[in-house]
Parts: sequence; structure tokens; C-alpha cells
Amino acid sequence: MGAARFWIVSFVVSLAFLVLTRWGISNEYYFFAAYQVLQFIVLATAWNILGGYTGYTNFGTGAFFAVGAYTAVVLHKTTALPIPVMMLAGGVISGIVGFGMGYLTLRLKGVFFAIATLALAIVAQTLIVNWDYVGGSRGIYVIRPQYAPISGSYIQYLYSLMLALTWISVAIARTIERSTLGLGFNAIRDDEQAAEAAGVPTLRLKLISTTLSGALMGMSGAPLPYYVTYLDPASSFNLSYAVNSVAMPLIGGMTSWIGPVIGAVLLGTIQQLATVTISSALNLLIVGVLLIVFVVIAPNGIVGLVQSRRRARRR
Amino acid sequence: MRRRHNETQGARDVAVTGSGGALSRMISLDLAVNAIVAGLLLGGFYAAVTVGVTISFGMLDIVNIAHPAFIMLGSFVAYILNSNFAIDPILIGVAMTPVFFLVGMAVYQIYYYAFERRGEESIQGLAFFFGLLFVAEVALILVFGVDYRFVEAPYIGPSLHFGFVDLPLRMLIPFLVSLLMLAVLQVFLGRTFIGRAILAVSQDRLALQLMAANPSRVKRIAFGISIATASVAGALLIIIQPVEPSIGRDYIGRIFAICVLGGMTSFPGMLAGAILIGVVESITATFYGPSWAPAIAFGFLLLTLAVRPAGILGR
Repeated sequence: MGAARFWIVSFVVSLAFLVLTRWGISNEYYFFAAYQVLQFIVLATAWNILGGYTGYTNFGTGAFFAVGAYTAVVLHKTTALPIPVMMLAGGVISGIVGFGMGYLTLRLKGVFFAIATLALAIVAQTLIVNWDYVGGSRGIYVIRPQYAPISGSYIQYLYSLMLALTWISVAIARTIERSTLGLGFNAIRDDEQAAEAAGVPTLRLKLISTTLSGALMGMSGAPLPYYVTYLDPASSFNLSYAVNSVAMPLIGGMTSWIGPVIGAVLLGTIQQLATVTISSALNLLIVGVLLIVFVVIAPNGIVGLVQSRRRARRR
Repeated sequence: MRRRHNETQGARDVAVTGSGGALSRMISLDLAVNAIVAGLLLGGFYAAVTVGVTISFGMLDIVNIAHPAFIMLGSFVAYILNSNFAIDPILIGVAMTPVFFLVGMAVYQIYYYAFERRGEESIQGLAFFFGLLFVAEVALILVFGVDYRFVEAPYIGPSLHFGFVDLPLRMLIPFLVSLLMLAVLQVFLGRTFIGRAILAVSQDRLALQLMAANPSRVKRIAFGISIATASVAGALLIIIQPVEPSIGRDYIGRIFAICVLGGMTSFPGMLAGAILIGVVESITATFYGPSWAPAIAFGFLLLTLAVRPAGILGR
């Protein structure tokens, strides 16, 4: 399937899904839960563009995500822009952060990049904690507009936006995967020195990768203030975003666009069920344990398992 | 971090309210000296926290980002034994080192079979330790909750006074224990057969293999030692400040910042880095408020990575 056809097909699938869910489900809670799962699909896909395709581990998902959310808070206080514009703005700011991050650290070995992203998350959190305009460490209340700009409740509106973003980011990931850009990313992941020697512009490609990945994370964070209506640094910079966005592609499979989607749907749904039925602390434990079990037993994720089984049958 | 600076925080308020020129200058000089002394003591303690990572990350090339989780475990073991049997926390820390040593060997064994032997040390290995960090933190929260825990010992509370300089024993004793531990490890690495073998692994693994030695056995012992230091460091931590499961996270950046600043493998370089970070953090906390302190270590880390990756004492 060519890139253009994939964009069209995935658009039709998303639209059909949107219409079906909006028409068939009346319980608000399901939209609340589905928003979370979709948000994790975007985060996992964005993480995978840098982590899976290019081979650089980012532990700072929370930072990019929260930068998007706080961009929206600032815009909410100063302007009356619609949320899609805020998402774009959040994407631009997080993209810039991603670019700066990459520029500072990508000339180093991958491990240092991973540690530097952890550091970035704390630096960004400290800045927000000390910035009183956006609430500081106390957090800030964001009052939703009374009516959604389209028909349906406000949470259904947010859900529709997140579904659109999910479509865009998955289609971007799929397009990159099959393009020269994706080949360049893979060359960096497999052997950076060899790629450099063969004439791949490694630094430029890595910067594209960090910028794009950061921008998508920021876009998924921008609607968060309206979703939770109360935003504070401890929850928006939560380490669980980082753990989830690392665990989902690893469990699903990092080499293909479908891996993060499978991982996010699986883990996201399990977490929603566990939060409702057991407790929210336990669902994080489940994610951590699954992550460890999968990297030890099936390092190529579910997609890797399926591929190796198919290969074995062909023999 | 937060509680530790309560006293200096109070002193700072005095300095701010004292508006007379000469008087406030005198108070701020006295504050500065006290901040530097407190930073020195703090830095010594940071060396104890970091020495394990200097061994595992610097010498063995194992990116153990879960080290702070083992330190938390050490703190909670000290808390349990201290509150139930009133045993001295440092004694507990030292007595538990064999147990932590065995735990470390077991973790290395899993890491070796799952990643190192297959040559998949990069993303999967990192994710393994990241998952371990997260699981340990959530498990501790499930068992102990998020309350701050503390230990009781005769040296927590009183301080020595030299003129206007305060030396709280609660900081001084961990500082001395930490230096003692560093000295013991330095002698061990330099003088014993196993110690020299560990240094050999860190310098040239292939050469060691050609001499018919088994690097993985040496690495197992070395990793066990690195985790054993977390037992002592955890006991020191809970003497210095009340401990809650998620504060381990604050130490990730600090530990790796110090390790990188110190040039990865050398103990004296690491100690210098630890004291630098300790002093700068303490001065920041005194003059700008403790909420800025966490960003310091990370800011240093990002700068070092960007400008001087070989560390302050590096070639």
C-alpha cells in the first residue's frame, strides 16, 4: 500500500470508528477512557519514531507532554483560541524543545542521550514549579467552555480531537517507515558510524527525529488541561507517561508502526480496567512487570513473535 | 531535599528581613560559609550514592538506572529494622551488604542471560532497568504508602559549633562513613586480585578474554559490589532526610551527573564531582530557595554532556 492510499484508508477507518462510537455509545465514561487509550497511542507512536526507528531511548516523554499541556494553559489564560490551534502551538513548542535537546546531546553515545532526557524532564518540571503564572507547584484550574464547538458533550469533542491526532501520527509513522527518511533512521539505529561513513547525514536526521517525536508528544499534551480541568506539575510530568511510552512500543514491537498501536491499546485498556476494578497504584505495577517480562522473554515484542512464527511456518 | 533545608530556609528569612547594610552583609557571609560547609557534607554523601553507579556504569558499561531504587530499598530496610529493633541505621546498612551483594549478582545474572549474551544491551537493557526502577518504586508505595519515614539514632539532632559554622552530626556522620567506604573500595580495587580483575574488565574486556579469564564472572561480582554499596547509601540517606518511595527519582539525574562530571571511572574524580554538585545545590537552596535545587544537578549534567563529555578531571 502506498503512502497516499494509507492516509486515505486510515482516515476512512478513523472516521468510521468515530461515527460508530459517537452514535453507538452514550455512556460518557467510555469516551473518558477511550481518550486515555488514544493519547497513549499517540505518545507510543511518537516515542517509537525516535526510539524504534532511530534507536535513541527517550525517558523524558513526560517533559514533552507537559510542555504541550502548559503551552495550552498559557494560551488559555491569554487568548481564546480553539483547542486544535492550541494543539498546534503545543506541538511547535515541544518540537523546539526536542530540537534543542537533540542538538545538545545527540553527538554523544545513545546511553547519554537517554540519561539527558531524564534530566530534561526534571529541569522542565523545576521551571514549571517555580513559574507562578501557570500555577507553580499548587497547580491551576482550567475552566472548560460550557459548550463544545461541535455537537455532543465536551468530552466527546476532546475524544474526537484525540482520534484525529491519533490518525495523523500513525499515518506519519507509517509514511516515515516506508520512506528514504525511515531508511536513514534505521541506518542510524543499526550502525551509526557505518551510516555516517556511507554518507547518511546522521546529525540532521536525528534532529528531524527528535523534533518530530517531541512535537507529536506536545500535541497530545495540549488538550490535557481541558480533559483534567486541574493541572499540576506532579501529575503532568508523571514518570508513568515515560514508562508507558517506553513499555508500549517494546511490548507491541518497535520495528513497525502497528507495534506501538497494539502495545498502547493492550496496555491502555488493561490499565483502564485495572484502575476501575482494582487500584491505580496496581495498574502501574502491571505496566512495569509486563515491561520487564517482555524485554527479557520477547525483546522484539508481539509483532516480533508473530513474525518469527510466520517465518517458522514458511520453512 | 525539601525538609533538609528547613533550617537554612529559616536563616535566609532572617537575612532577608535584616535590612541594615553591614549587618545583612555579615549575615549573608555567615550564610554563605554555612552553605558551603553544608554542601561539602552533602557532596560527601552524594559520593556514597554514586559510587555504585561509577562501578556499574563507569567500569562495567551496565547502565543501571535502577540504582536509586536499590538505595530506596536500603533506606526502607534500615527503617524497618530501626523502628522495630532500634538498631543503629549505619550498622544495619553495613550488615545488609551481603544480602544486597547477592541480589546484585542475581540481577546481573538475569541481565547477562537476557541481554548481554545476545548482544542486545541497548534499548532493551535500558528498558529492563527502567522497568525495575518503576516496579520497585510502585511496590514500595503499595507496601509503605507515600508517608515520609525516618530513623532514630543518637547523632540525629545535635550539631557541633565552630564559631558561626554549624556541623550537624546528621550530615557529618554520613559524610565520614561515605569517605570511609570510598577508601575501602579504592584499596580493594587497587590491591586485591578480584579488584584488579574488575579494573581489567573496565579497561579491556577482549584482552581479558584472550587471557582465558571469564569477564562475566568478574562482572557479576563487581555488579554485586555496586548494589551492596546501595545498602550503605540507603541507610545514610534516611539518616540525612526523611524518605518516601518516589524521592529515589530525584537521585537519578544527580547520580549520573556526578558520574559523568567525574569522568566515569575514577573515584577521586567522582568525589570531586559529588562535592561540586553538593556545594552548588546547597548554595542555590540557601539563596534562591530549595525548589530550585533539583534543577542544578540536571543543568550541570546537560552542560557537561554538551560541552565536556570526558568530565572535569577527564583527559
